Amino acid sequence: MSYSCSDLKKGLKLMIDGEPHVIAQFDFTKPGKGQALYKCKLRNMITGALFDRTYRSGESFDPASLEERDMQYLYQDETGYVFMDNKTYEQVVLDADTLADDRYFLVDNMEVKILLFGERGIGVTLPNFVNLRVTQSDPWVKGDTAAGNNKPATVETGYTLQVPSFVEPGTLIQIDTRTGDYVTRVKE
Amino acid sequence: MTRDVNWALAHKQQTLFKRARIIQDIRAFFIADDFLEVETPHRIPANAPEQHIDAVASDGWFLHTSPELAMKRLLAAGYARLFQVCRVWRAAERGSRHLPEFSLLEWYRAEIDYHVLMHDCERLLTHLVPEQRISWQGHTFDLTPPWERLTLHDAFVQHAGISLQEALQENRFEEILVNQVEPQLGQGKPTFLIEYPAEMAALARTKPGEPTIAERFELYIGGFELANAFSELNDPAEQRDRFQREEKQRRDAGKPPAPLPEAFLNELGRMPEAAGIAFGIDRLIMLLTDQAEIAEVVAFAPEQL
Repeated sequence: MSYSCSDLKKGLKLMIDGEPHVIAQFDFTKPGKGQALYKCKLRNMITGALFDRTYRSGESFDPASLEERDMQYLYQDETGYVFMDNKTYEQVVLDADTLADDRYFLVDNMEVKILLFGERGIGVTLPNFVNLRVTQSDPWVKGDTAAGNNKPATVETGYTLQVPSFVEPGTLIQIDTRTGDYVTRVKE
Repeated sequence: MTRDVNWALAHKQQTLFKRARIIQDIRAFFIADDFLEVETPHRIPANAPEQHIDAVASDGWFLHTSPELAMKRLLAAGYARLFQVCRVWRAAERGSRHLPEFSLLEWYRAEIDYHVLMHDCERLLTHLVPEQRISWQGHTFDLTPPWERLTLHDAFVQHAGISLQEALQENRFEEILVNQVEPQLGQGKPTFLIEYPAEMAALARTKPGEPTIAERFELYIGGFELANAFSELNDPAEQRDRFQREEKQRRDAGKPPAPLPEAFLNELGRMPEAAGIAFGIDRLIMLLTDQAEIAEVVAFAPEQL
């Protein structure tokens, strides 16, 4: 199986020069009446190095050869973020750079999939949604009833995002871990 | 079940109010300037065959990729000043500035060439933004006319240090244009990128006395391509040749065949000297509402359906 340009999107994992890469940013563009270009910011999943590549229709790509294993998030310590395979008790540690924003969406005992390139943990696939409590946000401005107004809020893991104006500190909210965006308040 | 409204839709409300207002202002501008607003069919038997634009098939016909052919048939029938605001469809185009279904403003005028359309663009933007300044994602643009006119040739030399000829020969034209030239265009003040190689403008007439250069321009603000315009070709034999060339390139690239628009070709000989322009409304609204993603200026992006 191989991918074509029309498969390219943020998060897709490709093998480039023998190493796994993930598309960190993606944009389709097409100047005037010219041919389509696919602009990718690629992250080398081993070294973390970022670089730009522009592809055009007709090119093909091999999927990254990675193993994905079910694991549970245990805790964070000075070595990094520790995950364990509940069947083999094998542990894998990922550092903050590798996890990037995903580290903000980890909750104790969360079931995740750890990506392995050989023995090495190089990424995590989280559940699509996570519930986190808002710890800080500006108070609701009286009279601001417009349905579309938003404001910044910080959640318990330190992550900051835009939320509707009616969300207050202490509210449990659902976040889409794929986009990092607010979804809804959670009924408790 | 969620108990809140769909936030992805709700938060666009302010932008969509502005969007509606901008489109009303565009209409007011053209109506006050004695243009006739027309509506032409969205579903047509044939588009202009173009190597890099793919139409969406619809029950044996196609959704139009632009209202251009119908607008020109009206010019050929004696209509002198026309505009249209409509949805158009282009297959597989989705990016931060592309939607597969998007809104185009097109206007056409008899007895003028593309220089007059550049003035029209300056007047339209001055009408929409009376303060003549826009601020977008931290950049400010001064809209006071006249705007910069820069030939494609000079743009490549100035911004990429390579001649247009060389870029074309090395098959790197689009890549250099997108990565090196476009980001420099329309910074501070809008830029008209003018004079394209004739083979990049299948529907444009060439510059008098210079058969290799087409009277085509694109308008850029802040690196954004906003509009594409040209002095229109009205020689039916030449137009048929060019369509056949585009169609052959499509076939060579393994693309589905595109029928020739025969009714258009039959009437093109009656079309007077004219110029026309396609202006991307969604991108204009992005600029005027300070949005970085095209999905933020329409109610629904395809992924939200």
